[in-house]
Amino acid sequence: MESTVKSNLKTEEYFINMGPQHPATHGVLRLILTIDGEIIKNVEPDLGYIHRSIEKMCERDSYQQIVHLTDRMDYLSSHINNEAVCLVVEKALEIEVSDRVKVIRTIIAELTRLASHQLWWGVLGMDIGALTTYFYAFRDREMINDIFEETCGARLTMNYNLPGGLMFDIHPNFVKRTKEFIAHFKTKIPEYDKLLSGNVIFQKRTKGIGILSQEDAISFGATGPVARGSGVSSDIRKIHTYSAYDKVNFNEALSTEGDCFARYSVRIQEMWESLSIIEQLIDNIPEGDIQTPTKAVIKLPKGEYYQRVETARGELGVYVNSTGTKNPYRVKFRSPGLSNLSVINSLAKGSKIGDLVAIMSTIDIVVPDIDR
Amino acid sequence: MTNKEIQNIVSTWSDKLEFSEEESEFLNVIVPQEEVHSICSQLKAHADLKFDYLFCVTGMDWGKELGVIYHLESTTFRHNIVVKVKTEDRENPSWDSVSDIWYTAEYHEMEVYDFFGIKFNNHPNLKRLFLPPEWQGFPLRKDYVDEENMIIK
Repeated sequence: MESTVKSNLKTEEYFINMGPQHPATHGVLRLILTIDGEIIKNVEPDLGYIHRSIEKMCERDSYQQIVHLTDRMDYLSSHINNEAVCLVVEKALEIEVSDRVKVIRTIIAELTRLASHQLWWGVLGMDIGALTTYFYAFRDREMINDIFEETCGARLTMNYNLPGGLMFDIHPNFVKRTKEFIAHFKTKIPEYDKLLSGNVIFQKRTKGIGILSQEDAISFGATGPVARGSGVSSDIRKIHTYSAYDKVNFNEALSTEGDCFARYSVRIQEMWESLSIIEQLIDNIPEGDIQTPTKAVIKLPKGEYYQRVETARGELGVYVNSTGTKNPYRVKFRSPGLSNLSVINSLAKGSKIGDLVAIMSTIDIVVPDIDR
Repeated sequence: MTNKEIQNIVSTWSDKLEFSEEESEFLNVIVPQEEVHSICSQLKAHADLKFDYLFCVTGMDWGKELGVIYHLESTTFRHNIVVKVKTEDRENPSWDSVSDIWYTAEYHEMEVYDFFGIKFNNHPNLKRLFLPPEWQGFPLRKDYVDEENMIIK
């Protein structure tokens, strides 16, 4: 975008801070902007405001304890984070969990993804001036939180998974309430579309803004809806399938434009796919044990283990290096947030500050996931 | 492509590479420090390999050695390789940055520098990513001690 400032006027580049307490940065993220008038020349994120060194804490904890720490990374995908650690421990111990566990994990993971995308949708609207979306999204998200509360006892940091299975069985109301939610939400996504997707102001603020090319998306390690909005097939549920995803039919939501609106439409499409996955599984939850017995003190055999899962934001990788003791020697979380954030400078260069808000919102930043 | 075929291609590039599949689900290759950049650029450029997606960069302290583990995948062929770089120099560990090959390495190498103190030559902006600039020491090293903030069981 060309600067509208006439060339004979003397202008000067200067720095401003966006954040760490700015409402549009979704948490304590500080962006150092170099701007010329309102045109962004450079964006430099300043990270670490809520760095807790979860990786170091893992080195002193047992494998059961690590599961609980992962809730606090991407708190909107807490169940999926828990699942990743459980899967890596199960892989190392060569435990096969029952089909019941796999199906329940998958259903809850998809509900988590839906809840996360609902919150993202509400906040995106609010960020660019459509306050109503926030209330619509939270009304619908409440139903999922209630389902979680009944089954897991928690609404956000669920801790429902354990290495070897689940903490306890699903609540007797779980199937009924999930079906009620699906029926309800199927009528609401078209409403979301009416309210926001088709809105002229919204389209003008997102179409053609913050374009990420396919090559850059791969090179920056972008995953999840950010990559898929640029036409990069990156769904771990399909590529390196786990839990019960091999038993269901679903499409990978893809879009090729790479702009903010493409990332938006990918997430809307993903909500439909998640509903479809839950529908395929909810009537046929197999019988079986919810917990394969493990030793009270879990010791992984010596070696390196890696597990990849698809959270609501993209690919979460868990690397565990074990020396055979009860604590891991080294744990690394490859969070989707940090890699997705790294595209921000190339997307925002040359656009206006207002566009940066739309870009950040469609990257869907969760700061604890970046900082860990 | 199978691990064996990948190994056959990569092993012709240098005779200092060590391959291993033990205790890991991936094909691991240990690359000497001075060859990191050339091996990595060939891994990405080779028409039958095309490792274009660096999905994880892990700093490591093996006790005696410091190092970095690069997990690579090809988005075309979906095969994987793990590149490991090790050094016994704990005072001044350094080798070339791969951030010009995969852009994602820029942030991840900053993270490794922050926690392990490994310096990457030719990195565009090497500084601490999470910790404040005045922080002393590298906390994820095994010999790091902080009596005030660390709870040792």
